Amino acid sequence: MAAGKRQGMDPIIDIRGLTKTYAGGFTALKGVDLSVKKGEILALLGPNGAGKTTLIGIVCGTVTPSGGTVLVDGHDHRKEWRAARSRIGLVPQELSTDAFESVWSAVRFSRGLFGRPRDDAFLEQLLRDLTLWDKRKAKILELSGGMKRRVMIAKALSHDPDILFLDEPTAGVDVELRRDMWEMVHKMRARGVTIVLTTHYIEEAEEMADRVAVIRSGEIVVVDETRSLMRQLGRKTLTLNLTEPLSEVPPDLAEWAPRLADGGHELIYEFDTKAEHTGVPSLLRRMTDIGVGFKDLGTRQSSLEDIFVDLVHKREDA
Amino acid sequence: MTNRRGIWAIYRFEMARFGRTFWTSLVMPVITTSLYFIVFGSAIGSRMDEVSGVPYGAFIVPGLMMLSMFTESISNASFGIYMPKWSGTIYEMLSAPISPLETITAYVGAAASKSIIIGVIILATANLFVDVEIAHPVLMAIFLVVIAITFCLFGFVIGVWAKSFEQLQVIPLLVVYPLTFLGGAFYAIEMLPPVWRTITLFNPVVYLISGFRWTFFGVGDVPVEISIGAVLGFFAVLLAIIFWMFRTGYRLKT
Repeated sequence: MAAGKRQGMDPIIDIRGLTKTYAGGFTALKGVDLSVKKGEILALLGPNGAGKTTLIGIVCGTVTPSGGTVLVDGHDHRKEWRAARSRIGLVPQELSTDAFESVWSAVRFSRGLFGRPRDDAFLEQLLRDLTLWDKRKAKILELSGGMKRRVMIAKALSHDPDILFLDEPTAGVDVELRRDMWEMVHKMRARGVTIVLTTHYIEEAEEMADRVAVIRSGEIVVVDETRSLMRQLGRKTLTLNLTEPLSEVPPDLAEWAPRLADGGHELIYEFDTKAEHTGVPSLLRRMTDIGVGFKDLGTRQSSLEDIFVDLVHKREDA
Repeated sequence: MTNRRGIWAIYRFEMARFGRTFWTSLVMPVITTSLYFIVFGSAIGSRMDEVSGVPYGAFIVPGLMMLSMFTESISNASFGIYMPKWSGTIYEMLSAPISPLETITAYVGAAASKSIIIGVIILATANLFVDVEIAHPVLMAIFLVVIAITFCLFGFVIGVWAKSFEQLQVIPLLVVYPLTFLGGAFYAIEMLPPVWRTITLFNPVVYLISGFRWTFFGVGDVPVEISIGAVLGFFAVLLAIIFWMFRTGYRLKT
């Protein structure tokens, strides 16, 4: 993959007003706008049925949209579908492989299917990068689940695409393999590939993505850089280890609405880091005043998971 | 800009699939043909008069070829496209820069290649039992190729339409096999009672077999022009169905 495909500001994928209503009447996408920057890792985060797979399917050509436009590196994905599709590699969620094919012939097939000339050296390097080289002669049905997923990634990368779509890359994958997968994604980014992945594991988005787009019920709720999303929406938790356990929250502390944990040994208070008054100093003062002592205290940044739950709930309340 | 490499990749993939069952694919038609010849050619045929001026053993050769080619074409082409649908690997085809026409060319090309090979094997095997003279070899070859392609297109349509392995088998078993058997594969229509002769003329397979037999012996149940018209008409109908399927994404895309 050519050097110089580094992260920039220009979008490599530009999605405008994308809608999809299935034949059964279910509306999976309600007007999605989304830009993917060249060279970035974007995580589409959302609960099951939010429209992640539909969105990916439309960009890749496996699902017909009801409305809206998609530009892939400036090419309309329906009018200039050959140019658009030749830039994209897709790894779907399901492990679908041709059981009786060897790894080598499978990747060769995929490269040919995308119209690229045979290049054994390129494919060898690809298989080595994905630690599949030793298995090149093995039939796919003989491989483990994790290996099969690697084969699917190798197939998706066999035509040297600029953009890789990974739909739930770690669904049903054990912890170790998940770590492996994350490492692999970072390696691919280092090669200059733009990566769009979907996940409902927050941890995954947090670990891998430069930016996160939260999608819910067919709408993009928020798109932002992972870190800034966490900073902006971040809430912190203050945990106080009490000297004496409490059976209930003293009425004097009610205005902070803290809660007790660990059998009354811990007092937990959640606060908003963006707020003018976090309420932390006043809480501590009040506790001293009423004689509730503590041995230790700690704060914790809320995870993307908390943010996500928060976002989804806020929308539901609205 | 045609994606020739893509077509070639699918064609190779399909031929490799046939290659995995190469010997079964090769030996099966040889055995079947031999059995037919032992039963119909030697045992029964020896007691029969000539049919339309052709010894019975030779008379059944074109019908036998057609019978195997119809079923082989349909099952290979339908299986070829049904499998990726069933296993989910169709995603790759749909996301690749390859057009519907190119995809069909590859699948149908591969399935037709196999059918033609089988047709030729049957002809060669038949030659071991009886002398088969071909009156119009060029026309025979054209008929062979066009009919193989047509039935592969038909198989492709069935493969796209089918939602289960059962549906995949239904049309070949319940429609094509009986129509072929009753389509004059083993007899001339003039041998039937008048009522059945008329009914038989509604069977499209009659025209195909009759035309193919004409290229061998210069005689057919119906004029050869009608047969050619029937083959081309059938071909055109299937092309129309396939273009409609891809335009609408019928049972391939959601």
